[in-house]
Amino acid sequence: MPEIPGANGPDGQVAITREEVAHLADLARIDLSDAELDHLAPQLAVIVESVASISGVAGDDVPATSHPLPVTNVFREDVVVPGLTAAQALAAAPASEQQRFSVPRILGDEQ
Amino acid sequence: MSAATTTLVPFEDVLATYDPALGLEVHVELNSATKMFCGCPTEFGADPNTQVCPTCLGLPGAMPAVNRKAVESAIRIGLALNCEIAEWCRFARKNYFYPDMPKNFQTSQYDEPIAFEGWMDVTVPTEDGEVETYRVEIERAHMEEDTGKSLHVGTSGRIHGADYSLVDYNRAGIPLIEIVTKPIVGAGARAPEVAKAYVAQLRDLIVALGVSDARMDQGSIRADVNLSLAPKGSGVLGTRTETKNVNSLRSVERAVRHEMQRHAAILGGGGSILQETRHWHEDTGVTTSGREKSDAEDYRYFPEPDLVPVAPSREWVEELRGTLPENPTQRRARLQAEWGYSDLEMRDTVGAGALTLVEETIAAGTSPAAARKWWLSELARRANDAGVELPALGVTPTQVAAVQALVEGGSINDKLARQVFDGLIAGEGTPEEVVEKRGLAIVSDEGALSEAVDDAIAANPDVAAKIRDGKVAAAGALIGAVMKQMRGQADAGRVRELILEKLGS
Repeated sequence: MPEIPGANGPDGQVAITREEVAHLADLARIDLSDAELDHLAPQLAVIVESVASISGVAGDDVPATSHPLPVTNVFREDVVVPGLTAAQALAAAPASEQQRFSVPRILGDEQ
Repeated sequence: MSAATTTLVPFEDVLATYDPALGLEVHVELNSATKMFCGCPTEFGADPNTQVCPTCLGLPGAMPAVNRKAVESAIRIGLALNCEIAEWCRFARKNYFYPDMPKNFQTSQYDEPIAFEGWMDVTVPTEDGEVETYRVEIERAHMEEDTGKSLHVGTSGRIHGADYSLVDYNRAGIPLIEIVTKPIVGAGARAPEVAKAYVAQLRDLIVALGVSDARMDQGSIRADVNLSLAPKGSGVLGTRTETKNVNSLRSVERAVRHEMQRHAAILGGGGSILQETRHWHEDTGVTTSGREKSDAEDYRYFPEPDLVPVAPSREWVEELRGTLPENPTQRRARLQAEWGYSDLEMRDTVGAGALTLVEETIAAGTSPAAARKWWLSELARRANDAGVELPALGVTPTQVAAVQALVEGGSINDKLARQVFDGLIAGEGTPEEVVEKRGLAIVSDEGALSEAVDDAIAANPDVAAKIRDGKVAAAGALIGAVMKQMRGQADAGRVRELILEKLGS
């Protein structure tokens, strides 16, 4: 898995640049003003630094885990269970049309 | 750079200057009854948003649960591709924002795929009638989920220029296996054919495994084609483009060819290739710019905390290995021996994608020669005219067997059988129903037949005289006249008997 940006600085110091915040905002489709970028960069640095401090506690003998329980192979059988009706599914949609969720124009960056 | 402004370089000239490298990413939609992480059904073509639940809609608090059958299918695909199966692997979140993906991340696998390091031998026919074999190295096969389907509403009907989009999440969460090759180098002029042959053989393998509907036309197998060019003999890899969602075998070949010619034009003009995704346009046979390819880190992959690791025991893996179908190469050799086909007949059968169809037709009681005749001449031609793959033509092996049984039973002849296929493709019911509805049955009414023979004799006294004199070969002209009058719906053998009887020869 990729490292957290800046989390593993040699002296534990973390720097999140304004450009990194701008890039993340772009990926997250959040429109941030210059003032907000200046405001958020140091705040994010503090958060990342706090998370990174865990690395200081766990030594090399503690493997990274993604789950608190030592459990593997939890499976569901391939059996259909009733879900929602279209009306239920669409009930919370701000807009719908032709029994589909209506969403704003997409800017051509299909994945 | 739009397609319109790039003049393509002739294909032969590309090869004089560059070596192509291919990479193929094939997404296989599994045919499990339920989705990857929830119990919603997966039927194709259901009404919009009727196969959804809180999990696949990404509603807060909904928890995923892994479909055991999908994991089994993934392992079986991996084994069939000669891959190693991970002893331990995890799911990961691939984070990006797009409305067809309601969770704002796709549950996928990142650096711990369930299967890795495999290969598949791909055969491509050569001009001298031999076959050449290319070993395609498989980098990985991993588990993930499909996205929903967007309908772009606006003047153009395409993404660009759409005013808004309508999303159906029935497909969101259907299990996908993504199969990624290592760079395929050294194919040279055969690169487009190798790409097509790889996807075709992979599809055959998936069909044999029974893990997917494997319908390219319905999107249950989708290919992304990566291509790059490097200076001839340099041994390096150039910058690649990724052409997305190429949805037929023919298009795979065309897309590779087109991208080779386009890259060469840009490179030859001193330009450089932008690493980006490209959209394939089936109608015009060109690609256009999609988006710049994100770096992997932009997806901010991290282990999926709501799912525990998958650690297939070696016993389970071996048990699944025991369920694998026969290796396709061995299968071909066995079937060729059983059917008594020549090498050429066998190669044509495989090349037309008809092997399984012919096998099933023979299993339904038809002779190998008749099965090959219908699929490779009549039906292959129609599929080609309609621009579809043979299995998508709408005629089943059972129907072909039924048509042949009607021919052998004497109720229709080969010529009428062709009209029965017209009816089958038009969805007019079973072969028997088509014969009935279209009135195609051979007239076995001896009275009508006898009358037609009398008419033909009366209308052709010269011919009749020759036959009376013992020139039996002349009967052909009379048979033709009778068949014409009967609109083809007569047994030519019986007509001949009647003519000879009446003329005392």
